[in-house]
Amino acid sequence: MKSIKVCYFAMFREHAGVNEETLTIDATTAADVFRATRERHGSAEPTGHCKVAINDVMADWDSPVSDGDTVLLFPPVAGG
Amino acid sequence: MAIRYCCFRLLPGVELISVAASPIDPDELRKQLFDPAAGAYCSFEGWVRNENDGQTVLRLEYEAYEPLALTEGEEILAEAKRQFLCQTAHCAHRTGMLEIGDCAVWVGVAAPHRDEAFRACRYIIDQLKVRLPIWKKEHYVDGHSGWVNCERCASAL
Repeated sequence: MKSIKVCYFAMFREHAGVNEETLTIDATTAADVFRATRERHGSAEPTGHCKVAINDVMADWDSPVSDGDTVLLFPPVAGG
Repeated sequence: MAIRYCCFRLLPGVELISVAASPIDPDELRKQLFDPAAGAYCSFEGWVRNENDGQTVLRLEYEAYEPLALTEGEEILAEAKRQFLCQTAHCAHRTGMLEIGDCAVWVGVAAPHRDEAFRACRYIIDQLKVRLPIWKKEHYVDGHSGWVNCERCASAL
């Protein structure tokens, strides 16, 4: 089990009801963390439309996560 | 979500991006681009409009994750500068609640000739829209609101 801090933005923040939370989960990749948050908060967003960063660096869904990492979950962006 | 003013230069006089809750002043930003070697200046302003997808929009709310919006924005400006050989390229993006007609995003480019300036400006705004961690919530006249791009993805499942 790993302790992962998860930060939510925009729609994800509203679904989760919090800006961030620390989860103790069995996760190998960023996608595992995303799946855990979806099960927890019920968002139906597919990973294909979303982006992820680990410790403030853009990452891929198959990027590995380590104990103590901060995972930032970005719903589809819409700047401009 | 804490929203604060943040603005810095990567290299003196070369690239600048800001993601801020304060209003964008295009005239002031334009002055910063002056370069004696530039024969062309091109800018783009994105304004808040009152309609989207058949719904009447009252106002827009922008949320940004500033640390990565700034680093990704710097990268886009650097790419434009490399690809189109422009001297300077700056951009500014708003956060917070915006009213109809407000300037939400500004891009300015100075280059030796007009072709590079037009192309670099177009490249920057197109990339900003798909790469910066910035989200837009539309508030409609009927009292509802929705995150742009998010609601459609979720409903398409």
